[in-house]
Amino acid sequence: MSSEITTTAEFLSDDPVKRAPLVDPRLDYHSVTETVSAIAERPKPPKAWYAAFAVALSLTLMLFALIGYLIVEGVGVWGNNNPAFWGFPIVNFVFWVGIGHAGTLISAILFLFRQKWRTSINRFAEAMTIFAVVCAGLFPGIHVGRIWFAYWLFPVPNQMEMWPNFRSPLLWDVFAVGTYATVSLLFWYFGMIPDLATLRDRARSRLSKILYGVFSLGWTGSAREWHRYERSYLILAALATPLVLSVHSVVSFDFAVAQLPGWHTTIFPPYFVAGAIFSGFAMVQTLMVPARRFFGLEKIVTMRHIENMNKVILATGSMVGYAYGIEFFIAWYSGNPNESFVFLNRAFGPYAWAYWIMVSCNVIFPQLFWFKKIRRNLLITMVIVMLVNVGMWFERFVIVVTSLSRDFVPASWGYFKPTAVDLLMLLGSFGLFFTLFLLFLRFLPIVAMAEVKGVMPHDHGPKEKGAPESAGGER
Amino acid sequence: MAEQIFPKWTNRLRTFLGLGAAGAGVFVLVLFAYGASPKTLNVGYAPDQPVPYSHAIHAGKLGIDCRYCHTTVEKAAAAAIPPTRTCMNCHERIRPESPKLALVRESARTGEAIPWVKVHDLPDYVFFDHSAHVTRGIGCVSCHGRVDRMDVVTQTQPLSMGWCLNCHRNPEAFLRPKDKVTDMAWKPAEPQAELGRRLREEYGIRPPTSCSTCHR
Repeated sequence: MSSEITTTAEFLSDDPVKRAPLVDPRLDYHSVTETVSAIAERPKPPKAWYAAFAVALSLTLMLFALIGYLIVEGVGVWGNNNPAFWGFPIVNFVFWVGIGHAGTLISAILFLFRQKWRTSINRFAEAMTIFAVVCAGLFPGIHVGRIWFAYWLFPVPNQMEMWPNFRSPLLWDVFAVGTYATVSLLFWYFGMIPDLATLRDRARSRLSKILYGVFSLGWTGSAREWHRYERSYLILAALATPLVLSVHSVVSFDFAVAQLPGWHTTIFPPYFVAGAIFSGFAMVQTLMVPARRFFGLEKIVTMRHIENMNKVILATGSMVGYAYGIEFFIAWYSGNPNESFVFLNRAFGPYAWAYWIMVSCNVIFPQLFWFKKIRRNLLITMVIVMLVNVGMWFERFVIVVTSLSRDFVPASWGYFKPTAVDLLMLLGSFGLFFTLFLLFLRFLPIVAMAEVKGVMPHDHGPKEKGAPESAGGER
Repeated sequence: MAEQIFPKWTNRLRTFLGLGAAGAGVFVLVLFAYGASPKTLNVGYAPDQPVPYSHAIHAGKLGIDCRYCHTTVEKAAAAAIPPTRTCMNCHERIRPESPKLALVRESARTGEAIPWVKVHDLPDYVFFDHSAHVTRGIGCVSCHGRVDRMDVVTQTQPLSMGWCLNCHRNPEAFLRPKDKVTDMAWKPAEPQAELGRRLREEYGIRPPTSCSTCHR
């Protein structure tokens, strides 16, 4: 019986006879509510939060100051120049959009596949998705140069009768990312309503009563509300699922539809999607491992969750490695000299350093996750996922820069060098990401309490008595 | 239940919020479609001129050809504003004492140009050539309206990019015989579509629509 398990070691045992509990069996409904709500309810966050927030906010302010500088001076402040006109802004855009993939994968696809372990981490991952998409959306917006014309990205009827090129993947991108941002935000907020109601019911100060009250939309937790809520959540999940595959496929079209060797390959859509999920999970892990320790969520986000995510990282990392390999195979097998040159140039040309950072971080180190001991070692996990974050940024750098800097015409070859503004803007985007994330940790229910209660071990045993408590739990 | 901090009337806010959001959408749409359109902003521009010169009298009643004053229109990009000398050709004898013409006489004496206010003013980033249009069967009236009926010159067309493209994409609807270009009152004797098609072929009209046609 799951309820007889008392120690963490037993809880993590892989005895196939027993159904593995998804959260620590020592938790009950009340302690879930207490653990999660307490994070948002403490009158003052811990000192470490202030320190982190100060750093993140300074970086964010620096980012916006640099954007101001960019607007005043023009795009010459970046290293983008002939022949590499897509420098850091596009690299950063693809990087952040990729990060944003884990949220919807966890919330929508794992939901439809009834992977109930997702409940402990989905809120977290969805929040991360939204913030990553915010960072991603920033870069194409400022990359247009004259940013007061950024609305030209959208097909707005205008007196010039001028439209974006509907045959261009750059326009499809606007729709793909726009849809993704909207649906992710809706999904995140919708899933949060019962938990916001819990916070509302427990709120002490007038301001938080009003704010949580407004945003919980008058949720009472009646059976009828739950019925409709669950139906709508399912529909939203079904709507969001294709987006996991479509967004990064369309982003990959930005490259694949061009004729440049190294970009013009049919493998790009699946390769990009696998890479996106890979980087997304790595980022979830990067945030989750410290946060669960810091906020005492070890019983809700258990070692099993960490291990499961590490398995996903291993699987998608191997897919990415396979894609790297197959690109070389096709370059040779196609017999196309330009194609062969590009890939040899990647591995042994002037950007070989970036290429080998990418390969070692994305393909070699994640292979360590074949070992259970490493999957369950938080420190090593942290090191590996950090390396994956680095590696996935370099993957986009390698794709964008190596192909552009050495194309068909040797006379136009060049070597892209980022400027200080490039590097500081990349750093600043991390600042923006962490600022939003720290605010999320401070004010919102960071774990989906209502959903976690639905998968508590009590539900699995035959001794179960009475229906599970509804959300808003503590009345 | 938790303490109710929202009084009952707040339920009604929902309706207002919904209506407000829908209303805001419509407002923005209307604002951009109509309010910010050159049709609204530019059409009807009729600035006061330093001399109360009436095209209705000169071009309409007296029937002076456009090109008598705007001499360069068939040869150059700009349709020249005539020098004061052109006015004085007639007005040395006709109404030489009229107080309305005081500024014209002064200009003739001092050589200082009359500060006419430009009505049809295209942005500086647009290249436009009058000669290319009036020598290929586009009438003055197509862009400037019935100037021969205007006491004060008024902009009748939006002169927006979409408006230019409207003709460049479909010149048949506006072509006329070359000898009717300055005829303000001309009406086609046959259906314009047929005439336009024939003239387009005859004159070899292939209006370009690429960016660099106008933005050079």
